[in-house]
Amino acid sequence: MYDKKIIIPILAVIVVVLTYPIWSLFGKGAAAPELDLNTPEIQALAEKECIEDTEFMRSNHMELLNEWRIKSVREGTNVYVASDGQEYEMSLQNTCLSCHSNKENFCDSCHSYAEVNPDCWDCHVGGEL
Amino acid sequence: MGVGFSLLMIVLLVLIPFLGVYAGLEYVLGVVFPYLAFSIFIIGILYRIICWGRSPVPFRIPTTCGQQKSHDWIKADPVENPTTAFGVILRMVKELFFFRSLFRNNKVKITEKGHIAYIWEKWLWLAAILFHWSFFIIIIRHLRLFTPKTPWLVSFFERMDGFFGFGMYSFYFTDLLVVIGLAYLLIRRLVIPMVRYVSLAADYFVLFLIMGIAFSGILMKYFVRADVAGVKELAMSLVAFKPVVPVDIGSIFYIHLFLVCALLAYFPFSKLMHGPGLLLSPTRNMANTNRMKRHINPWNYPVKVHTYEEYEEEFGKVMQAAGLPLDKQS
Ligand code: HEC
Ligand code: HEC
Ligand code: HEC
Ligand code: HEM
Repeated sequence: MYDKKIIIPILAVIVVVLTYPIWSLFGKGAAAPELDLNTPEIQALAEKECIEDTEFMRSNHMELLNEWRIKSVREGTNVYVASDGQEYEMSLQNTCLSCHSNKENFCDSCHSYAEVNPDCWDCHVGGEL
Repeated sequence: MGVGFSLLMIVLLVLIPFLGVYAGLEYVLGVVFPYLAFSIFIIGILYRIICWGRSPVPFRIPTTCGQQKSHDWIKADPVENPTTAFGVILRMVKELFFFRSLFRNNKVKITEKGHIAYIWEKWLWLAAILFHWSFFIIIIRHLRLFTPKTPWLVSFFERMDGFFGFGMYSFYFTDLLVVIGLAYLLIRRLVIPMVRYVSLAADYFVLFLIMGIAFSGILMKYFVRADVAGVKELAMSLVAFKPVVPVDIGSIFYIHLFLVCALLAYFPFSKLMHGPGLLLSPTRNMANTNRMKRHINPWNYPVKVHTYEEYEEEFGKVMQAAGLPLDKQS
């Protein structure tokens, strides 16, 4: 039984499915979003730096926020001492979002690019008040 | 020996990207190897399937577990013993998605009285189902890294799978299930003496390799963070064939990716081809129509024969002279 008639169409379908991302990308841009750092708070900074260094923040900001949340809500500590000795209030709204007050063009644009949906904004106020 | 050798291989496969990142070989690890591995994967599978497709299977080989269709008053089982293409498709779907054959697994035991007993044994089936389905859902979820706008199926799985979020993070249930499934499949090989006896390095190697992939992924998601936005940049650039390697994604990601590449490149040569092979199993993909239709061997060709009549015509005179009896009295 040489079932070319069945095998070849099935193979074709499987190859198309396996290479789906390639087809889905045809003619569309794939660039990462430009992150907007142009907020009044950041403009006012002498050194345009985040709480920790940029690399650490890109990978670990959720760990940091989790630590803040636990320390602040459960343990009552409210001051974070960064590795460069700077002190920050452990707060999502008052710290992160005071500098990154353009939440839509910062947190959200990166998250929708990477398909992450943190539910923080169900309760916390995001962006400018 | 199989266990030790496979473990050693996995350690090597983890060390290569780890050292590679130190040596600044991100481009090789992030671009060259993935392209190479994916090409081997696709071409290798196509090659194997075409080879299988070309091998002759002239006769139906029914290994069926249902009543064959015969008299009207005998109830036939149209799926387990199909006579139509539709029945075959249904049987294949059951096999592909629910591992029907594996579900038949029993344990045979001789009781103290010397009787044979078949004991319920579905743990292998359960572990296989847990593992394969979790693996499948994880791979579908990974499409979020490769597509600009994630298809609805991906978001759907992400939401269902992330249902049990804890603390602040999303937590994927399949991550737990895949590890449980794999752990059972490994422990089974190590602990059951009969299974251990028939297990070779190739069996342990794929288990360890997939475990390595799962562990590195889980480590990256929950413990040693990598820059996932950077990963998506890399993945999308690979898909668009304009590779860019973002800086400092993290070695853990390259370990994950390298193990995946190893899996993809090894796949066509390994026992993992049982997946594609299932679809081409003659015992599963042919209708049992042995007695309903005449099946003619496809490579039969017209055979040149020399009949007795022709023989007599040729040698009649000689035979007559020798006094031999002839059919044609003339
Ligand atoms: C003092 C102002 C300030 C505060 C407070 C602050 N950031 Fe930043 N953040 C910055 C600046 C400036 C940059 C850009 C650094 C660079 O480009 O090197 C940045 C960069 C980042 C980046 C990396 C973006 C990229 O370029 O890839 C992330 C992620 C981030 N911040 C998250 C946070 C989070 C989460 C918090 C709260 C825990 C926070 N930031 C608090 C000023 C701040
Ligand atoms: C450079 C891109 C980027 C920027 C900018 C960014 N994030 Fe994220 N964030 C991510 C990625 C990627 C993840 C998911 C990581 C993962 O899946 O392991 C994430 C995860 C999170 C999570 C955890 C969610 C989860 O389900 O695990 C929180 C909370 C979060 N980000 C908050 C913020 C806030 C607040 C800001 C703005 C101040 C911000 N992020 C800016 C990329 C970014
Ligand atoms: C169910 C509602 C709810 C959700 C969802 C939620 N939070 Fe909170 N969060 C709270 C409440 C209530 C507090 C306590 C506020 C206080 O003590 O004044 C808090 C406090 C915090 C704090 C410390 C105090 C401050 O001012 O920020 C951090 C940090 C924090 N949350 C981070 C997060 C992050 C990150 C997420 C998203 C992953 C999140 N929260 C999601 C309700 C929520
Ligand atoms: C055989 C294929 C693969 C398997 C089985 C696998 C398995 C996993 C698992 C179990 C996780 C844990 C988190 C989760 O379930 O989402 C994970 C995370 C991850 N994988 Fe894979 N993976 C595979 C291929 C890939 C490829 C090809 C890439 C690269 C582009 C990749 C990149 C990642 C990243 C970036 C994470 C972290 C996600 C996060 O933190 O949210 N994986 N992987």
